[in-house]
Amino acid sequence: MTGTVAPPTPAGARAPAAGGRHLDRTPASTVVVTGVLVVVAVYFLVPLYWVVVAATKTTEDLFATNGLWFGGTFHLVENLRMVLTYDGGIFLRWLGNSLLYSGVGGLLATYLAAAGGYALAVYDFRGRNVVFAAVLGGVLVPTTATALPLFLLFSQLGLTNTYWSVLIPSLVSPFGLFLCRVYAQASIDASLLESGRLDGAGELRIFHALALRPMTPVLVTVFLFQAVSIWNNYFLPLIMLGDQDLYPLTLGIENWRAQTDRLPEFYQLTTGGVLVSIVPLVVAVIVLQRYWRGGLTEGAVKA
Amino acid sequence: MTARRRTQTRAAWLLLAPFLALFALTFVVPIIAAVGQSFTTIDRAGLFGEDGVTSEFAGFANYARALADSGFVDSVGRMLLFGVVQVPVMIVLCTALALLLESASARWPQFFRGAYFMPYGVPGVIATIMWSFFYVPGLSPLLDITQALGLRIDPLGPEMVLWSIANIVTWTYTGYNMLIVIAQLKAIPTEVYEAARIDGAGPWRLAWSVQLPLIRPALVLTTVFSIIGTLQLFTEPKLLQTVAPSIDTSYTPNLSAYTNAFAFNEYGIAAAQAVLIALAAFVLSYAFLTVTSRTSRRAKR
Repeated sequence: MTGTVAPPTPAGARAPAAGGRHLDRTPASTVVVTGVLVVVAVYFLVPLYWVVVAATKTTEDLFATNGLWFGGTFHLVENLRMVLTYDGGIFLRWLGNSLLYSGVGGLLATYLAAAGGYALAVYDFRGRNVVFAAVLGGVLVPTTATALPLFLLFSQLGLTNTYWSVLIPSLVSPFGLFLCRVYAQASIDASLLESGRLDGAGELRIFHALALRPMTPVLVTVFLFQAVSIWNNYFLPLIMLGDQDLYPLTLGIENWRAQTDRLPEFYQLTTGGVLVSIVPLVVAVIVLQRYWRGGLTEGAVKA
Repeated sequence: MTARRRTQTRAAWLLLAPFLALFALTFVVPIIAAVGQSFTTIDRAGLFGEDGVTSEFAGFANYARALADSGFVDSVGRMLLFGVVQVPVMIVLCTALALLLESASARWPQFFRGAYFMPYGVPGVIATIMWSFFYVPGLSPLLDITQALGLRIDPLGPEMVLWSIANIVTWTYTGYNMLIVIAQLKAIPTEVYEAARIDGAGPWRLAWSVQLPLIRPALVLTTVFSIIGTLQLFTEPKLLQTVAPSIDTSYTPNLSAYTNAFAFNEYGIAAAQAVLIALAAFVLSYAFLTVTSRTSRRAKR
């Protein structure tokens, strides 16, 4: 369990703040509150713990021994080797696809949202409010309501069952644009832009050279949001992709699990695959925890 | 001055153009297409449409068929029930956890915050697979325990499976919502706490009269997102289908639209259902925002 302890965040301003802002702290209330927090933590951690334990078991042990403790044999290495080598290493291919979809999609989506949000925050032009209202409406549209017509559109364009069919819809983040606009409004100084103009820089150059840097905190937040939501997506790749070689991890592992009915050895592949696929993201989510706050504070306060 | 204004306007549109082009392609055009499709019927001549496909304007026929389908109507009712229970439970839970973690009585708040937030990094597919191992008799360590206690619980039975899905959703998103609430709690200025302390407010009173009103925007935001999330529930029931026979192909509105489109090739009905889901999301979000802004204005008065 030590692997799950969050590192001390640089934003360690908590300790002095807690002393200054909060009221009396009695030993009794500390015990009660911490007790409640521990019970809740068990709820959130038990499924992950179960997966770690299950990934060390053979299929027979999985059914024959208690799920919360290790079985008679320790099969972790064999299971992981099976996961990585099965079907010519298809798992690694799915992992690569997931990294491609969420890495490239997240980066480009962040850049587009930053440019758009910055433009809406800094320039006063006709149509600004209409554009912003339309994009905000996009935040409220359930993605699945657009996925079906998008499939039909892409199949007419011959794009279904290609990398593009998952990548293109991942490039648009209305919520990201909203966060960038709010953040740019609060953090970008008009004098900064003026000084750039006096130096003779064009407007696009001012955005890239001067404005992007102060927007870094919100850019990281938007990237994380978008990357995680692409990584976790199931519906879009499910309807767009037919070729296993293009699958992201979610689709691939579900494909394995669906075969456990007929072929019990797929249980080992599924639990091992689940373990391998959650470890990197869980680590990333915890290590990058403080960035989930950065841009969100501003967004939430003014929402 | 006007020349400068013109260059700035051009720059604004240049910066917006790539986003707007893709927004049009992936949001505006599909929505217009879905609305168009929902008013169209497609006739296939011949057994598989090999003699040509014709489409014609159908008025509200697709909507009538969608709403006459008892499976779809039931699924809407099921989602309302789900939302009425799961969304408040999750919002109360995430608010309580945020307040506890930000109170002086909590030990190791960073560890707990990380532990609660972690499930957000677990894809819905993986979360459902993990929890399904807890729901299947013979595999589940929890059911082993309840059985030993003489309780007969079937998380995948027709009565309980909806709440088993609610559990997965709550497990996944509570920590994420908690983080939004914590962000807003941290934005409360220290002076507010000082003033409350001088007024002699205890921790309960502080939470109820000072913190809760000030984190209201975060609660509204998370509730609206949760309502939208409820309406598009798909992954969890779709995956549990293989182990829970009580989940049929129209268990949720989204599953219903998916089945119509990809199993039956009834794109018109599927489009009508997608439009109805989007409309419901708008109406419910808008209604919730209106109600909360009205009560907050009243509170300020």
